[in-house]
Amino acid sequence: MALFSAATSTATVLPRNLAFASSLSRSLLRSPRFLSFPTAPRNRASVSIQAPRAQAAASSSASFHGLCYVVGDNIDTDQIIPAEYLTLVPSKPDEYEKLGSYALIGLPASYATRFIDAGETKTKYSIVIAGDNFGCGSSREHAPVALGAAGVSAVVAESYARIFFRNSVATGEVYPLESERRICEECHTGDVVTIELGESRLINHTTGKEYQLKPIGDAGPVIEAGGIFAYARKTGMIPSR
Amino acid sequence: MIFFLFFLFQKDLGFFAFSSSTSIIRQEQKCKKTSSKKIVSVVSPQKKPRPSATGSVVLTFFSSIVWDREKIVVIPDHYIFTNDERAHRNVDIAREFCVEQDIKYFYDIQDRSNFRANPDYKGVCHVALAQEGHCRPGEVLFGTDSHTTSAGAFGQFATGVGNTDAAFILGTGKILLKASIIGEISMSGATYKTMEFAGTTIESLSMEERMTLCNMVVEAGGKNGIVAADKTTYKYLEDKTSVPYEPVFSDDNARQVLFLAKYRFDVSKMEPLVAKPHSPDNRALARECNNVKIDRVYIGSCTGGKTEDFMAAAKVFLAGGKTVKVPTFLVPATQKVWMDLYTLEVPGSGGKTCSKIFEEAGCDPPASPSCAACMGGPRDTYGRLNEPQVCVSTTNRNFPGRMGHLEGQIYLASPYTAAASALTGFVTDPRKFL
Repeated sequence: MALFSAATSTATVLPRNLAFASSLSRSLLRSPRFLSFPTAPRNRASVSIQAPRAQAAASSSASFHGLCYVVGDNIDTDQIIPAEYLTLVPSKPDEYEKLGSYALIGLPASYATRFIDAGETKTKYSIVIAGDNFGCGSSREHAPVALGAAGVSAVVAESYARIFFRNSVATGEVYPLESERRICEECHTGDVVTIELGESRLINHTTGKEYQLKPIGDAGPVIEAGGIFAYARKTGMIPSR
Repeated sequence: MIFFLFFLFQKDLGFFAFSSSTSIIRQEQKCKKTSSKKIVSVVSPQKKPRPSATGSVVLTFFSSIVWDREKIVVIPDHYIFTNDERAHRNVDIAREFCVEQDIKYFYDIQDRSNFRANPDYKGVCHVALAQEGHCRPGEVLFGTDSHTTSAGAFGQFATGVGNTDAAFILGTGKILLKASIIGEISMSGATYKTMEFAGTTIESLSMEERMTLCNMVVEAGGKNGIVAADKTTYKYLEDKTSVPYEPVFSDDNARQVLFLAKYRFDVSKMEPLVAKPHSPDNRALARECNNVKIDRVYIGSCTGGKTEDFMAAAKVFLAGGKTVKVPTFLVPATQKVWMDLYTLEVPGSGGKTCSKIFEEAGCDPPASPSCAACMGGPRDTYGRLNEPQVCVSTTNRNFPGRMGHLEGQIYLASPYTAAASALTGFVTDPRKFL
């Protein structure tokens, strides 16, 4: 049994541009993907959650193209978005943008090329390539949100920490893709890459190498829909607006 | 990220496997075994979820009626004692939400100048949950904080989720979940797996010690940790909850078939360890780090700021009989812990309380209970590393910048080791004094 009825939203709901086009044409103002809530009048009737309608596996022909930023193993969420910025509330568009401007600011000084240039609020790297256990540590959802707000379309890591993976899918902010093998040592920050989502392939144009990725699988349709709420609505699990 | 949302569900879970992995979890009477290739596992709770909100994010966009006003607990604990306006705002948002939704359990704080003036305020969520009787064997708990795993000490399934997942639970009372199997360890070795702690030593541990174990499971990447409920659990719960519960246990079949790995530890061979900067698994023997000069000691957090943690530190100070060589910050996890420091007698001290012993050792007086500097926080947070100093801390993470300064060096340690280190001014094996 579930209760899911709506009252007046306290947040501004902004439509999100779900374009998978090249990062170069990303719209400047982005709002959180997961912000879409029912606006039907409040009603206390209980509504049961139904099993989702059967759905064909998503075969997305989406592709991402842009510069990549390479990090190592065990990049924890404190490095992705330090705790002092967590008072920013992503449901407010200006704070969402601000959050994005701090993405990966916690990386140590050994990362000489910073993820976001000084004075900028967005990154020029739309794809992050990482080693093992990306997103470990604290459960802060601000981590994938900050990356998404900064302009990242996808992360390609050797493996993920589970809460970060879940948060990426639930918010639909970034695609958490897994590589079949370790590629963070073969790619360099600034390489031009393309990810063919449907084929689970990453092409590094700068080195000329191609890499197989693990299919995004069940998480794909959720991210494509715009996160867990949008997905649940789309599949009939919860009532549509 | 000021407070936490916890969701608690009782057993009798009916669910399907998410993705293509086969998952089997045995419950007392219900045993659902499915190997679905399609999506969606929906866990239907009989009981409550408790949100411990890292998430005014959750609440600002939540425009619905919560699924069950009694199965949600909202606990402000991060970024409380600070002048940061946005931090205050987050608690305000929580309050508005709790009032609107008539949430039964909201441990509010309004007067920050004196934590004791706030009758409802508790402090660190994971410790408060236990102390307020919200953790019960056989139940399922979700919280918007990774250390929600601490509650596994009560023989329940307890794990962390992000804000959006939490909002989903708030509205529907359900969550999509990939069921896990008992597994092995290392910093990412337990990823997606459950760690069950068993054995004679575990049975001899107090509830707080079990909570510390389960708390750190997430640092191994684990989904959750679990200690089967026993007499110790039931005794602890006697004066804390009257809600009926039904413990669940992994049975012998599960042990033989489903455990991915079994680790046996001979505790008699264990020695005090520290985790050196900058990772919780960068372990070293405390005695081998005794040339590391330190600048300060921090004792606090859900991991190392419970009553027994302070008792441990007090025992070392008592045995050492000296004063600390470095600033020593003490942050009790909750109001109850704070009270205990000023009222409970430390065994073997001739009637002294922890607070007296700490005072005589020259520690800073116990601070207002909260998460404080465990995760840095706004610059004016008590105990925050605002300079690149070396700190021995009883907290749970030491990634770069975790406690504030990006070049701060954090050595994670037990309260015993932390106290011993405070006495010498170097990382010190507590057996030097005990």
